[in-house]
Amino acid sequence: MSGLALKDVSKRFGSTPVLDRVSLDIAPDEFVVVLGPSGCGKSTLLRTVAGLESIDSGTIELDGKRIDPLPPGKRGVAMVFQSYALYPHMSVRENMAFGLVNSGVARGEAERRITEAARMLEMQHLLDRKPAELSGGQRQRAAIGRAIVKEPKLFMFDEPLSNLDAALRSRTRQEIAALHRRIKTAMIFVTHDQTEAMTLADRIVVMNQRRIEQIGTPREVYDHPATEFVATFVGSPPMNILSATCASPRGAMLCAALADGTPLETSVPAASAPQDGKLRIGARPEALRLCVSGSGDCDGKIDFVEFLGDRSYAFVSLAGGERVVALGGVPCTLRPGEVVGIQIDGSSVHVFDSGGRNLRPAG
Amino acid sequence: MGLLCTSSIREAAICGPPAEMSAAGTSRDRSEAASGIAFVGPYLVVFLVLLVYPLFSGVWLSLHKADLFGGSEYIGGENYTRLLRDEVFRQAVWNTVYFVLLTVPALTVIGLALALALNNASRWSTLLRGLFFSSSVLSVTIVTLIWRMVLVPDGGLISNALGALGLSPVPFLSDAKLAMPAVAITTIWWCIGLPMMLFLAALQQVPRELYEAAALDNAGRWRTLFHITLPSIRRTALVVVVIEIILQFQLFGQAQIMTLGGPNNASLPIVLFIYQIGFQRWDIGYAAAASEILFAIILVAAMTQFLASRERRT
Repeated sequence: MSGLALKDVSKRFGSTPVLDRVSLDIAPDEFVVVLGPSGCGKSTLLRTVAGLESIDSGTIELDGKRIDPLPPGKRGVAMVFQSYALYPHMSVRENMAFGLVNSGVARGEAERRITEAARMLEMQHLLDRKPAELSGGQRQRAAIGRAIVKEPKLFMFDEPLSNLDAALRSRTRQEIAALHRRIKTAMIFVTHDQTEAMTLADRIVVMNQRRIEQIGTPREVYDHPATEFVATFVGSPPMNILSATCASPRGAMLCAALADGTPLETSVPAASAPQDGKLRIGARPEALRLCVSGSGDCDGKIDFVEFLGDRSYAFVSLAGGERVVALGGVPCTLRPGEVVGIQIDGSSVHVFDSGGRNLRPAG
Repeated sequence: MGLLCTSSIREAAICGPPAEMSAAGTSRDRSEAASGIAFVGPYLVVFLVLLVYPLFSGVWLSLHKADLFGGSEYIGGENYTRLLRDEVFRQAVWNTVYFVLLTVPALTVIGLALALALNNASRWSTLLRGLFFSSSVLSVTIVTLIWRMVLVPDGGLISNALGALGLSPVPFLSDAKLAMPAVAITTIWWCIGLPMMLFLAALQQVPRELYEAAALDNAGRWRTLFHITLPSIRRTALVVVVIEIILQFQLFGQAQIMTLGGPNNASLPIVLFIYQIGFQRWDIGYAAAASEILFAIILVAAMTQFLASRERRT
């Protein structure tokens, strides 16, 4: 398959490892989002693909050709930086033309590409302005335009929406999605924002501590997180994690006992029970139903309620001391201090072993 | 008592805050003003006495025929007309302009080249940066002593090197064509530290991402230098050129110690001319007029450069 192929890419800065045998394949027209917290290695991964950082081992191929020995300008990739990195003394037109001139593109062809990109991004009226005369969103478009005119085989975005306000971020997200549908080129988008990841990606690559935790569609990553890290990183509010132990199985499925002894039947086969008997139960807020105290699986006391317009979230402290977030109804009549019951939907909870691995089969 | 208090409150409501509060406010303002003046005062006195007063006093003096020990007589612009006819002064002006043309471009280009070469974190670069800057902290006397030892035809470093190659020694300081270039080379060696440091500071302000974007734009080294680096530091380059123009027009110590302005006024700069006229011939009115002309030349040269660069930018 052509497109981008990373095989066992590792990188260290001095004695500090920053990428640890990362492998990834991206199809020629796929939109992949690399999602992870600060310091997980996602920007370093992007920079190694761009050629701005060297790799210590492994290979990077684009359309079947090895690009890791090549300088950045010869790899056929384009990048949109977080701070846009527009040349401040050049106009937008000159910014876009710079790379084309360096690559020997004929003047007429360069002009055609610039005009076409400006039309696509609706910035024909901005071409003769300097970056200092542009707003944040306009600079963003100029940076994207500079990438488009190079007609690369791979676009890379390094947290391009971080510097924008919330409204502009939402609009620009849609523009980037529309751009991808129009030009159908492989894109890698690095972000720590899961909303951007869930809304833009064909597939999400979740990274943590220099390694890939999971690669999957947004649905797969949300419904079947491979690890506890992915489960708690994707989804807002984060998945509730409760400590538990293996209890005697009632049938073919694993039974868990919560800290306060509450039994919980899961959809994990009993044969998958870990040796040490220690479990971590993951339940999304929507898997916890609030009910009258005493009529659920366990009881808890409401700490506070967040009202978000179309839904509410109740923050509840359980008897064992753990705190969970449960989806409440609208309007939510519960008040802080009230004692409520919590019904746990065992078929939708995830079960992680003490290493963070999800024991529940996907699909 | 209660009635008195009530009437005071009513009075304050009608007439504003009581007199005591206004007095307290004014006294606080006065005290803040006094501290401000106390901080600025000493420098202000020095500035007025040693810079502002001599500036105007010099202009007034230049309109007089004055002797350092005798009286003075108002002669209007006669000193200026005399200067314009004075061949030695015209020679001094041309020497100084020539010197500025030799040193300012060289200091700018070499300073920039050193900054580009040494703008990294390696140990060698740190050492070399310190080495190149160290000449700037020397006094003019030490610098000229060192370079005399390099330049003198009788046992100097260069003449020894030429002798080893079988060539005859070159009398740098006593050759009319070579004296000013020799002073210029001495000055470049002495003054290179400041432009280098200014350019280093400017280079370190250029965001790394601009270079990364240029690398992704397939820009080679030279294109990056001319299209990214130099435009990014052009304001600093302007500052360097203007500072050096102002400094080098005031050439004095190197010429006085190395060549005494010779041979035959070939390396006589304007300031040495002023010194000779004012403190050896005691004709301080004439010297003051020469210093006003120097001031005007420096102003024009510096402002021309400044305005020309502003026009190019807009």
